[in-house]
Amino acid sequence: MDMILTVEKQRQLEDVIRTELLANGAEHVILVDSSGSLIVDCGNYPLEDILPLAALSAANFGATAEIAKLVGEEDFTLLFHKGEKKNLHFSKIGEEYILIVVFDKSVSLGLIRLKSTKAAEKIMEILGA
Amino acid sequence: MALIDLARRELQVKIVYYGPARSGKTTNVVYLYKTMNKQVTGKMVTIDTKGDRTLFFDFLPVNVGKIKGLGIRIQLYTVPGQVMYAATRRLVLRGVDGVVFVADSLRVQRQRNIESLKDLTENLNSYAIDIRTIPLVFQYNKRDLAKAGVPILSVDEMEEDLNSMLKVPAFEASAVLGKGVFETLREITKRTIRVVANKLVK
Repeated sequence: MDMILTVEKQRQLEDVIRTELLANGAEHVILVDSSGSLIVDCGNYPLEDILPLAALSAANFGATAEIAKLVGEEDFTLLFHKGEKKNLHFSKIGEEYILIVVFDKSVSLGLIRLKSTKAAEKIMEILGA
Repeated sequence: MALIDLARRELQVKIVYYGPARSGKTTNVVYLYKTMNKQVTGKMVTIDTKGDRTLFFDFLPVNVGKIKGLGIRIQLYTVPGQVMYAATRRLVLRGVDGVVFVADSLRVQRQRNIESLKDLTENLNSYAIDIRTIPLVFQYNKRDLAKAGVPILSVDEMEEDLNSMLKVPAFEASAVLGKGVFETLREITKRTIRVVANKLVK
């Protein structure tokens, strides 16, 4: 599915990401589509790290969907990677989009989950997903 | 998925290097990564096994300049060629905008090229994409092996096997030496952008 992201939509998406996630302690938030294209990102990481992160995250989700089928699930809608200092939370938005949140150990997973769900609803409205 | 980002003034497209195992898909992308200016390419990601065979995919973002004020960013991917990784190939093709089919000129690989092209056709079909309409370019790789006395297919034979119906541009190449690598990329980029621009700016 091809897409034209207007300046207005981009601004709306960034507003959602800032108010729901960055304001609650997330370090970086990335919105990608399931083919690995970067749609929007906000935070401290440089673009050269964000592009492969977007591609790998989409692939990670695709691979996980295959695992889900093996155990009789259609899909897993969220993934969580826990590191020593940094954590990653991935959630699926509609059929096409993935929201990735990078946060450190000082922020609770519960808060990120809650805010990701809220952000996902708003992003769905903006993108019509 | 092609994406025009009007805030960044940028067009993103996805190009996948497809073909049978060991035909030189990764070698193409590695050559581009090594020879292009680092301000043009981003970080290359490779997920391979302990040997040199691709397990999941390779990924390289490349900025190829501007067209009508829009920066063009190409996301290059390769697929694992080995037959058993069918599901992975299908996954990497998701949202593809253009395909480079890297065929192996070795005579012993003749059937594998044909089978891989069939596999590509089927995998594109699973995303409702017709191989006859997606931007596609062939690369007949390893032409240098003829000098070493290794039996290789003639270009006419490869055209007959792979390109007789599709009739898309084909390039002779030796990816390991860099020959034909940029020509292939230039042509697939041109074709992909033309199709994407027509689709998105209707």
